[in-house]
This record gives sequence, structure tokens and C-alpha cells, in this order.
Amino acid sequence: MTTTQLAGLLPELEVIRADFPILGRSVAGGLPLVYLDSANTSQKPQVVIDTMVDHLERHNANVARAMHTLGAEATEAFEEGRDRVAAFINAPSRDEVIFTKNASEALNLVANTLAWARGTLAISEGDVVVTTEMEHHSNIVPWQLLTERTGATLKWFGITDDGRLDLSNIDELITERTKVVTLTWVSNMLGTINPVAEIARRAHEVGAIVVLDASQAAPQLPVDVVASGADVVVFTGHKVVGPTGIGVLWGKRELLEQLPPFLGGGEMIETVRMERSTYAGIPHKFEAGTPPIVEAVGLGAAVEYLSHIGMDAIHRHEQTITAYALEGLATVPGLKVLGPLDAAERGGAISFELDGVHPHDIAQVLDSRGIAVRAGHHCAKPAHARFGVQSSTRMSSYLYTTPAEIDALVEGLEYTRSYFKLG
Amino acid sequence: MMSTELDSLYQDIILDHAKRRLNAGLREPFEAEVHHVNPTCGDEVTLRLHLDGNVVRDISYDNQGCSISSASASVMTELLIGKTVAETQPIQDAFLEMMRGKGQVEPDEDVLEDAIAFAGAAKLTARIKCALLSWMAFQDALVRAQEDSHA
Repeated sequence: MTTTQLAGLLPELEVIRADFPILGRSVAGGLPLVYLDSANTSQKPQVVIDTMVDHLERHNANVARAMHTLGAEATEAFEEGRDRVAAFINAPSRDEVIFTKNASEALNLVANTLAWARGTLAISEGDVVVTTEMEHHSNIVPWQLLTERTGATLKWFGITDDGRLDLSNIDELITERTKVVTLTWVSNMLGTINPVAEIARRAHEVGAIVVLDASQAAPQLPVDVVASGADVVVFTGHKVVGPTGIGVLWGKRELLEQLPPFLGGGEMIETVRMERSTYAGIPHKFEAGTPPIVEAVGLGAAVEYLSHIGMDAIHRHEQTITAYALEGLATVPGLKVLGPLDAAERGGAISFELDGVHPHDIAQVLDSRGIAVRAGHHCAKPAHARFGVQSSTRMSSYLYTTPAEIDALVEGLEYTRSYFKLG
Repeated sequence: MMSTELDSLYQDIILDHAKRRLNAGLREPFEAEVHHVNPTCGDEVTLRLHLDGNVVRDISYDNQGCSISSASASVMTELLIGKTVAETQPIQDAFLEMMRGKGQVEPDEDVLEDAIAFAGAAKLTARIKCALLSWMAFQDALVRAQEDSHA
């Protein structure tokens, strides 16, 4: 069987690849680029690049302030970006979509405004915030800061040996004192897809707010924020073929309206007097200062591009490539995958160890063959510690990844073993 | 990076030291113990320094890291153990100058001995920190040990 005939791959994969100009460049002295670091950041299709360039060349002005043609065009383009993102995640209202700098800022926005909240949302001594051992640092540290500042306690779900969330003590973690349950939808290290709806249902039974980090899910899975069961969903633009510098926070209207402002400044106000100010309604209440305008325009083009191909088809492609990669990696002697081994239950990021070679050295040798992977702790040190490893090598695919690239990775790993004389 | 450059990074001296890890393990006595990490990749080293008057009598360490950082610790301890503190200074300076020289600094083999093998790593921004980790830990330990002896 030639590998290009795998069932489930995106049809016209070569046409899709041609949309991404960077995939045509060579590296390492003339070798074709094999980009397997999409969980770190995705590559950008021409339409995103062109849309951003066109905006800067023809429509650039500040938004919501400038009383002239360009100002109106820029505002319209920026707000259209919001509309497109709202449609992409099936948000009930465009006003529930808030632009941030990235997913980290979105999570910090929630954690900080909760720390400042009064009334029913207030968090104080004796309250509990629950996260998981599987999180990216950005969904751990903001909650450590919140609990340190409020006197609340941080607790977490552990990880089972096969890389899933350990829900065996869910009754001890989610109690009447639990105010927030935050978790990742898809693990950036283990690839695990978590049972979000089930955990959200349990959290809602005790009145806790559910925060969902969809940074790795939004690129790969069809997202319906309401169906997810969460109250807040965040993701970053640059992993969904959009630009860096923009993230998305979706929240239920009632919650967003109850939370106090995050940053103070222009755009987030209704009126300002020296004694006191009143604040704009959502989403602007949480968007102080000049926002990332061209980034929002680019993100709008990005999610439109993904929707045009279809998130169901992209998900199927990811699963097909992931299954093929798991099969190939299993043939490399001394290689151990961290996380679930069933492609149907995981995302496209695969972290692994190779006996006798440090991840840095693996990445270095692969780079000499034009293959880009990530080596290190992937901002998930606790999850690595859970498996007794300090770091790992991670390959991550996307809609433009081909089976031939997976073959190149497997050959590259064989070469790495022989380079370091491992037989 | 082509494979010739790969070979210039992974010179036999480096691969050999990464495997043998001279002076590895934590030993007593020591006047200073430091723990350094490379936050970008998570590499770690715990390093102990034993001074005998002004002589570096022992440097012992426990590290988790790539072949470049392991080899660097091995080479460094081999170079510095037994020297006086004053004698270690020009070696430290020369190593730092080479690693921060973006591959443009011609290393002096008389001073650096095996450590000249890291000239290849100096050309790769991502690997400079790997090579410097244990050297920075030694500098730190030296300052602390000397502070304590003056206290």
C-alpha cells in the first residue's frame, strides 16, 4: 500500500499544502522542510498572510475611535474577525467573544478577575480551585497565584499510568467548597482528549465555574462552546493557522457581566470622571487599549479557512496521521510514547522518549535532516514529572501533514539511533 | 544544518565525555552546593564545590541533560579540579568568550584543552546554554564558597 492512499486523509492534500508557502521552502542545506511542530505553532496559509497585508496596505487605522473612512473600514474588519470567531466556536452571541493577547492572557484574565470578584463569585479562604496535573503551565500558575492571593486551596486531578485524567477521587475534589474547575480539553504533551462534559456536569452540580483550555482542541476538533459544557473557553490564534499576538476568551454572558474589569484603559469604559468610571458592556469591558487589530483580521481569515475545509475533515485527517505515526514510532527500538496509544482518543501531539538519547540531541539530529520537532518539557513540567521524565521529544501534525513526513520522522529516528551508536 | 555541521557539534570528545561523565556524583565534603536549571529546556545540574585553601580540591555534580550539557560538566571538572582559584579564572574567561563568540572566536587549545570541542555548539544559539549550564553553576558555587570563608 502506498502511504498516500490512507483512508481518512484530507482529499487534495497537495492542494492544501500549496496554500502554505512556508512548506515549499528547504532547510538544512537543501532538504525539504518536514514541519512536525504544529502544536507549538501552526503554519499560516497564503489567505491569512494576504488578508493581513491587504489590511495594513489599504485599511489601516485605529478601531472604534477614528471618524473617517479608514477608521470605519478598520473597525468593520476587526469586528468581522469577532463574528467569524463566534461562528467558528458556535458562540450564542458575538459579544461573548473577547480578544486577548493569547490563551495565557485569557486564563490570567479569568483568574485575576475572579480574585477581585465580590458577591457570589468571590473566592476566599476555605474555597477550592481544581486544576489537573496534565495542564500547560499557563493553566496552573494563574490559579496558584489566585489561590495564594485569596487564601483558597488549589487541588488537582492526577494522571493515570496510561495518560488519562484520574477521576477516581472526583468526589473529594469537586465538593460544595469548589469554586472553579479548570482543565485542558486536549493535552499538549500526552495528546489525551479529556471527558470535559462529564467533569463540567459534576462541577455545575456544586455551582463551580468550569474553565476550559482549548488551545490544542480548537485546531483539531469541531468546537461548540455551549455543548462543551464549560462556562469559559480559551484558545490562541497562532495554533489555528492564525497570527501570533491574539487569543480568544469565550464566556457565558451572565458570567462575563458579573466579573469585574481586568485591565483599565481606553475602550473599556463607558464614561470616566476623576472620581470614578463606569465600564463598557462586553466584550469591550475586557479589551482595554488598542486591540490587536490586524491580528483579529488575520484570525478571522484563519478560522474561515479552517471552516471552509471543515473541522470534521481536519479532525479525521489528524486521527489518520496520528494512527499512522503511532504505528511508525512503535517500530523504532527503545522508543516509548507517553500518553494514550489509541489514536481515536487523542490529539495529534505525540511525546516520546528514546532510550539512550536526550530529547535535545534527538531534535538536533532531526533538524539536520530538515525535520522540525519540539524537545523539552513543553511547558508541562508536572505532567513530565508524573512519568518520571525531565523532558521528551514531541512531534505534532496538522492538516498539512503527510504520511511521507511521518516516514521521514521514523527514518530520522532510526538515523539518530545509529548516529549515537545505539545499534 | 548539514551533517558535517552535526559532526562539528557532536565531536568525538563530546560524545566520549557525555558517556564517561568524569567526576559525576555528589561527594562530601563541600563548602557550597548550587542548583542551576535551564528554564527553556528543563536541564538541571546540582553542583558541589570543595575548596582547600585556595585550591579547587573537588567539583562533584549530578545532572540531567543532553549530551552537550553532560559533556560540558565532565570536561569542566577535569579541567578545573586541582587548580588554584586564580588559575581557574582565565579558563572560565576563555570558555565564556568562546561560547558567546557566535562561532567567531578561535579557541586557545593550551588554555581550554578538551573544551575547545564546544566551539561547534557556540555556533548554535539553542545549544549555548546547554554548554554553559555547569560553568555558570561553578561560578556561582565559587562565589558562595568564598563568601562563606570570609564570613
